[in-house]
Amino acid sequence: MKDFTDGSSEARKLWMGLLARARATDLIAAWDGLGLDPDFVWLRAPETGGVMVRGRAGATGAAFNLGEMTVTRCALKLADGRVGHAVVQGRDRRKAEIAALCDALLQGAEAEKVKTSVLEPLTAASGARARTRAAKAAATKVDFFTMVRGE
Amino acid sequence: MELQALEGGFADAPVASSYAFRAAMTAMARPGQINDISGGSGPAPLSEAAATLLLTLCDPETPLHIAGAHNTPAVRGWVTFHTGAPLVGPGAAMFALGTWGSLGDLAQYSIGTPEYPDRAATLIVEMDRLTPEGATLRGPGIRETAALSLPETEAFKSNAALFPLGRDFFFTCGRSLAALPRSTKVS
Repeated sequence: MKDFTDGSSEARKLWMGLLARARATDLIAAWDGLGLDPDFVWLRAPETGGVMVRGRAGATGAAFNLGEMTVTRCALKLADGRVGHAVVQGRDRRKAEIAALCDALLQGAEAEKVKTSVLEPLTAASGARARTRAAKAAATKVDFFTMVRGE
Repeated sequence: MELQALEGGFADAPVASSYAFRAAMTAMARPGQINDISGGSGPAPLSEAAATLLLTLCDPETPLHIAGAHNTPAVRGWVTFHTGAPLVGPGAAMFALGTWGSLGDLAQYSIGTPEYPDRAATLIVEMDRLTPEGATLRGPGIRETAALSLPETEAFKSNAALFPLGRDFFFTCGRSLAALPRSTKVS
């Protein structure tokens, strides 16, 4: 299961992915609930662009282009020198800013606070979305029973 | 990644890059005229003018060659983070950065093709000093003659002889910028 507890790059990958895929409204609500407002300077102000998403069938085949998507990226530096990066889905600059702030804060003393107030609700929300989608898909599932096999 | 490589981008990219592009265009249009250009700053030994030029002109579609003492991990990281320009050898480069000595033989840089003279390389030459004295310049954009402290004259004479092909040059020192397009005759 997902674990954000250690400061490894694997954990960072997990939280950056979670922040990138989160709904902007969920993320902003969680951030406002956190009540932190650290000072920072932009290393790269939020900018929106397109990226080509590539995939591999079964993670083994040749890479193919799945399609383009819109992303917003930014990088910032906190007053104490910690650097946060974000590349998030969509065109919401505020979402990119919050995601980068979370990334920076998660590398330091505020990590526990950010985990409980931001990452955990977002994990729950993303899990709930996935379950709803799976349930909707399951509702349309058709089972074919072979009554007589022609052997 | 080193923090040094992340800092020094344009504070307000649309405005700052417009000013910088205007300065670069004016420098090319008025060979020998020394203008100020600022806005970006990179890790040493990159000058402010060269850093601003790179931020303005380079992107993922313009291969860049970094020569000599400028080819440090800090400068490479900075270029990659801020511009995304691929770092290549002199033969494939559209832009090259370095001191005159480290850029080496001009013959290795592209002069364009008769069909596409715009595919020539543009060299950004870092100078210790940049003053309006020394070599005499004549040609389009110069009323009678202009003077510029070029590192040498022979190489620029033979480059101008290739017109309409040939490389273009920017000279940078601190915040000062001058240019020498291929159309300028040097003596």
